[in-house]
Amino acid sequence: MTNSIFVIVEKQGGFFRKASVEVLCEGRRLADLKRATLIVVVLGNEVAESAKSLAKYGADQILVVEDSALTKYPTDVYCNVIETLIEAETPELILISATLWGKDLVAQLAVRLDVPLVMDCTGIDVTKTDSICERFLFGGKIMARVSLVGSPEIIATRPNVFVIEKNPREVTPKILNLDIAESKVHLVEFRLESVDKIDLTEADIIVAGGRGTNGDYKAIENLADVLGGAVGASRSSVDEGWRPHEDQIGQTGKVVSPNVYIACGISGSIQHIAGMSTSKYIIAINKDPDAPMFEKSDFGVVGDLHEAVPALIREIQKARQNQ
Amino acid sequence: MRIVVLVKQIPDTESQTEIDLDGISIRTDDIRWVMNPYDEIAVEEALRIKEQHGGKVTILSMGSQKASETIRTAIAMGADEGILIHDPLFDGGDALCTVKILTAALKQTGYDLIIAGQRSVDFDNCQIGPGVAELLQIPFIGMVVKQEITDGKIKCDRLIDGGEVVLEADLPILFTTQRGLNEPRYTSLTGVMKAKKKQIEVKSFSDLDVDETMVGAKNAKVAINSLNLPADKRNLKIIDGQTIEDQAASLVNIMHSDMGVF
Repeated sequence: MTNSIFVIVEKQGGFFRKASVEVLCEGRRLADLKRATLIVVVLGNEVAESAKSLAKYGADQILVVEDSALTKYPTDVYCNVIETLIEAETPELILISATLWGKDLVAQLAVRLDVPLVMDCTGIDVTKTDSICERFLFGGKIMARVSLVGSPEIIATRPNVFVIEKNPREVTPKILNLDIAESKVHLVEFRLESVDKIDLTEADIIVAGGRGTNGDYKAIENLADVLGGAVGASRSSVDEGWRPHEDQIGQTGKVVSPNVYIACGISGSIQHIAGMSTSKYIIAINKDPDAPMFEKSDFGVVGDLHEAVPALIREIQKARQNQ
Repeated sequence: MRIVVLVKQIPDTESQTEIDLDGISIRTDDIRWVMNPYDEIAVEEALRIKEQHGGKVTILSMGSQKASETIRTAIAMGADEGILIHDPLFDGGDALCTVKILTAALKQTGYDLIIAGQRSVDFDNCQIGPGVAELLQIPFIGMVVKQEITDGKIKCDRLIDGGEVVLEADLPILFTTQRGLNEPRYTSLTGVMKAKKKQIEVKSFSDLDVDETMVGAKNAKVAINSLNLPADKRNLKIIDGQTIEDQAASLVNIMHSDMGVF
């Protein structure tokens, strides 16, 4: 029997999440290195139809379990199903994206199987027998290299880090009928915000505001809209009640790594930097030329964000018209 | 109601973090220690539940001797008692080891409700809450922003990516806290005085029903090979210009050509 790798994917708002496609592509790369079969595991309610679309990212096999009881939350029922699939296929590696859903699921799964779990991994090296993972500690202040002991290994990858590449194959999804055990937790209500809202951890562009906004986020929201990005906030903005808690970026909030991070009126405290320092490009806009944020940035505009951000919006619109 | 709160002492997030000479651990001398911020929310929620439903709040923490300070902070906030799990045999274990040790301690204390922070902001493993619930085979609800207990049942609003869900389960249960659930209270002077006098129970390896093969560095399934400070050298380029419009135009150019934006 050949070795296999599981990739567990997640659907949201009718689509497989970008973070799931990223981990699937990383799974393809690792499967080639390990000469293993890449098995994509698709679990949920109304997922069978769309499962085939995952073949274009390099899946060797697609296993589908469709059941009305698989409503994403609670996660423990997913654990039960995945445990059954693991017994049948004995994968050596299980990959998932470290979204809120993915983290809960594998934290439970690792304990149940008594196996190693690396959470929020940003890089994977494999040999025939071993995996070495990179992950950040203390938000982003420290980078750790860790090795895993035991099998199967479980690795949850950080969204927005791994590259998406097409690698089409001919695969017919295999639909499995499994008994779904009842959960200890009952779902009462699902409240999804508008499907258009981009999650900070998956956003390609983040426009974040700090104390310099004085609570006025209108321009920042507009800039995020124009760029198709998401709005983030410093801890002080959240403490002031200017933005909701889920917008907070930093060691004590969300840790993000977008392509472009635009820090508007953010001084750049140690704990804030920890949460966004892995962004590919960082732009700082601040009145205070001595703000520590500038040292951590690639580009800086010394000026009032209330003038600079609207000017930026006008210039982007102008540039678009000229294209 | 028997409420147990899992608490961790961590280095202050506003401080720099340095790597120790061994290359695989964090320098711990001369740093300020604080309670993990999500655990403060957990302590606060436990106190509110006690105020509403009655019962006893026990703080359970695993760590160095110094972690007893954090337990005392929780007692100063209003918790009834504290237990410190400390043994050099536990040093260097991974999150899974911690899950097993905390679970063994919880089997001794008993519980109707266990509350933990959604993660600790030092090692960020996000594994303790769901892991302990799994090992105790009790329901788990993560990232709670609102809860309500009636007739032995708990109903929680939890945050998910892109929204919220409402979940319900029978007690006993373990839930983890997310910002927005409450604003933790400050400690009062009388609380601090009371906490100073409080005896904190210390449990070591021999007090707990754990096997030697479950704990410590040599049994960690995730082993740290090396720690490094991330290379984070950026060459700042200040965008100059006569007017803010000029600066904005230059920046838009760079965003277009260098960063591939729009």
